[in-house]
Amino acid sequence: MSGDRLRLALPVLSLVVLLGAVFYLQPRAMSYFGLNLLFNLAIPVALATISQMMIIMVNDIDLSIGTFVSFCACVTATFVHDTPVIGYMILAAAILAYALLGALIQLRGLPAIVVTLGMSFVWGGLAVLILPSPGGASPEWLKTLMSLKTPLVPIAVVAPLVIALAVHFLIKRSWVGVILQGVGGNDRAMERAGWSLVRLRASAYGLAGLFGVLAGMSLVGLTTAADANIALRYTLLSIAGVILGGGEFVGGRISPFGAVIGALTLTLAASFLSFLRLSPDWQIGAQGAILILVLAVRLVFIRKGAVA
Amino acid sequence: MQTISGAPDAPVVALDAAHMSFGPVQALRAASIEIKAGECVGLVGHNGAGKSTLANVINGRLTPTEGAVQYRVSDPAHKNSENAQASGVRSVFQELSLCPNLTVLENLRIPYRNMPRKGWRKIASQKMSDALDLVFPGHGIRPRATVGDLSIAERQMVEIAIAFADRDSEPSLVILDEPTSSLDAAIAQQLLDHIKRYCSEGGAVLFISHMMGEIFDVSTRIVIMKDGQIVDDNPAQAFTRQSIVDAMGHVAPDDDAQGSARSERELGPVLVSSAIGLNARRGEIVGLAGLAGHGQAEALAQIFFDHSSVWKSGKRPEVVFVAGDRARDGVMPLWSILRNLSLTTLPEFSKRWMVDRPAESGLVQKWKDRIGIRTNNLLNPILSLSGGNQQKVLFARALASSAPLVVMDDPMRGVDIGTKKEVYQMIQNEAAKGRSFLWYSTETDEILECDRVFVFRAGEIAAELVGDEISEENILHASFEMQEAVK
Repeated sequence: MSGDRLRLALPVLSLVVLLGAVFYLQPRAMSYFGLNLLFNLAIPVALATISQMMIIMVNDIDLSIGTFVSFCACVTATFVHDTPVIGYMILAAAILAYALLGALIQLRGLPAIVVTLGMSFVWGGLAVLILPSPGGASPEWLKTLMSLKTPLVPIAVVAPLVIALAVHFLIKRSWVGVILQGVGGNDRAMERAGWSLVRLRASAYGLAGLFGVLAGMSLVGLTTAADANIALRYTLLSIAGVILGGGEFVGGRISPFGAVIGALTLTLAASFLSFLRLSPDWQIGAQGAILILVLAVRLVFIRKGAVA
Repeated sequence: MQTISGAPDAPVVALDAAHMSFGPVQALRAASIEIKAGECVGLVGHNGAGKSTLANVINGRLTPTEGAVQYRVSDPAHKNSENAQASGVRSVFQELSLCPNLTVLENLRIPYRNMPRKGWRKIASQKMSDALDLVFPGHGIRPRATVGDLSIAERQMVEIAIAFADRDSEPSLVILDEPTSSLDAAIAQQLLDHIKRYCSEGGAVLFISHMMGEIFDVSTRIVIMKDGQIVDDNPAQAFTRQSIVDAMGHVAPDDDAQGSARSERELGPVLVSSAIGLNARRGEIVGLAGLAGHGQAEALAQIFFDHSSVWKSGKRPEVVFVAGDRARDGVMPLWSILRNLSLTTLPEFSKRWMVDRPAESGLVQKWKDRIGIRTNNLLNPILSLSGGNQQKVLFARALASSAPLVVMDDPMRGVDIGTKKEVYQMIQNEAAKGRSFLWYSTETDEILECDRVFVFRAGEIAAELVGDEISEENILHASFEMQEAVK
C-alpha cells in the first residue's frame, strides 16, 4: 500500500471503530435521526478544518481560525440577516484580509504562528463589538439549507463528504492545487521555476478565509443565533482534524478527505464520551487521549512503512 | 512547442568577462566562455574554484556584478533568468529541487509554466514517461508515484528527465552539476550515453563532475577553473588526466616553514578512531580533505557523537566542536561576547549550581588577550564583532575547555587571512601541548598545516597522506576519481 493510502486508511479506521463503539453503547443512534444528532456540528467543524488545511498546506499554522469563525458567525447573525449587501461585503473583506495576511507573511518573512495569534485578538475583538451579548438570527435560506432533509443519509453526513469531494478536486486534482501544494513541498523550487510565492501564499490564505467564512455561516444556520465566543474551540479542533486526517505540519502533505474525516472523528469523539457518561470535566482530556492514541498508531505504521 | 529564435550557429550562451563578487569575496573573475550548440563542456575545478557560481551565472540565477551574459533570446528588458528560461537553459543541481509531496507528473507541472490547462495530467504523464524513457530506458518509475516514496537515485533520475523533457520550449543547454553522484554505474552510463546523443543532435550540455572518467567520456571541450578564474579551455583531446590535475592545482605555497614545524612534535597513542578508518593520536592535527560534501561533515559528527552523551554533559567533555557555519551551529546571537565564550566551560568553572562569575570573567579576559579578540568591552553583543572575531570567540570557547579532542568543521569560512594565520599558530601551540585536532577544511592551505590527512571521496576515505605526502597534487589526485568510470 502506498504512503498516501496508508495515511487515509488510519483516520477512516478510527472513525469506523469509534462509530462502532457508539452504536454498541447506544443502538438507537443507528438511525437517520440518530446520525443527524451525532454529527450535528460536523459541517462547520469540517469547513474550519479545511480552512486550517489550506494554511498547513503552505507550512504555516493558523491560530486565529476559532475567533475568525466566531467573527463570521456574528456577522452572519447580524449584518447578513439585517442588511445582506453590507453583510456579504464584510465577509468578502474578511477573505481579502486573510489573503493580504498571507502576502504579508511571505513578503516580510514573518512567522505565521505569531501573526495569526495576533489576528485572533483582532477577530475576537471585532466579534464582541458586533455582538456584545449572544443573539442575532440566522438568515432564512441558511436555516433551510442546514436543516435540509436529504434522502437516506442525513445532511450532517452528506455535506461533509460533498465538501471533501469538492476540495479534493480543487487541491488534489486541479493544477492550481498542485502548485499550491508545491509551496509546502519545496518553496525554493517553486521560486526557481518562476512562480510568485507572494501570490501563491496569498491564494492559500484567501482560500482559508473563504472556508472560514463558510464555517461561520453554516454554524449560524445550525444554531440560528451567534455569540462572540461560539467557535473558540475550533482552532485546536481544526489543527487536530488536519493532523488526524493524515496531514503533516510541514512538507505540504495534506488530504482533504482525511481532514474532513478527522473533523468527523473529533465530533464523534465528543458524542462518544457523553454516551460513556463521562463527566464533562474529563471530556476534553479524554478527547486529547483519543487523539494521542490515533497519532501514536499512525507513527508506528509510518515507521514500519519506511523500514519496509 | 515554440522553436528557439536566433541564428542556429550563434552560441547558446556567451559570457564576456563576467565578474561575480559576494561582498569582499570574488567568486568569479573575468570569466569568458561561449557554449555552442552540439557541445558538451566538461567543467572541473577544486572546492571554491567557482564552478557553481559560473553555473548559476549561466542559468541566470545570479546576475554578474560586472560583464555581460548573452543568450540566444536576449531581451534587455527582461532579467537574465527570464532570458535564460526563454532560451531553453535548464539546470539540475545537487540539492534536489523536486516537491516530495507531489507525484512525478505533478513535478513536471512546476517548471512547465504554461502547460495547456485542459487534460494537463494526461499531457504531463505522457511527457514525463517520454522523457524518462528517452534518458533512462527501462527505468520503472511510474509518473503517478509520489516523489517522496522514490529512492534518492530515482528522484535524481526524475529531476534529470524533467530537465531534458520537452516543455513549452525545447532545452538548448542543460547544466548538470554532479548528476551521477547518487546514480549507480549502469544508470550513470545511460545518462552519459544520452548526453552524447543529445549533443550530437544539436543540444548543449555543461557537465560538472569530479569523475575524470565521465568527464573524458562525454566532453568535447574541457574547462578548468581555479580561484574563480577559467584557467584552461580547450578541446578534450588536448588533456590527459594528469594535465587536468596539474592545471587545477595551486602554485606552491610561498613559505615552506610549516613542514618543519610539523615534524618536531612527539605524537602520543591513538586517541579516537571511527568505523571508516578515521583516527587521531594525542597531539596530532588530522586534516579531512576532499571535495565538499563527500562525507567529511558526517565523519566528524560521528566522532563527536560517539564521544559525547545525548543525556548528560560531563564536567570534563571528551570532545569539543568548532562550527564553520557560525550562524547555524555557533554563536548565540543575542548573548554577549563573554557569555558566548564561556558557554562550553561553564560546568568546569562553576560551583554547585551557580556560575562562578569572577572565574568566568577571568577566563574570558585571559582568552581575549591570548587569541586577540578585538573589542573594548566583553559585554558587547557578539554580533558587534566582525566575522573573523566571532570565529575567534568560537575557537576560544572550544580551546578554553579541557577537552583533549577538538573537532573543527571548516572553521575558517569567511575569515580574513590575518586571523587565519593567528589561529593556525594557536592550533600548532595547542597541539604541542598534547591536544588533538580533527580539522575538516575546504582550503588547501589549511590542510597543509596538518600532520596527517584523510582524503574523502563519496563518503569513504580515498587516501591517507602523512608528512611530505601532504600536497595539493596528492589531495587532488585522491579527491578526483582517477580510474575509469567502470566500477
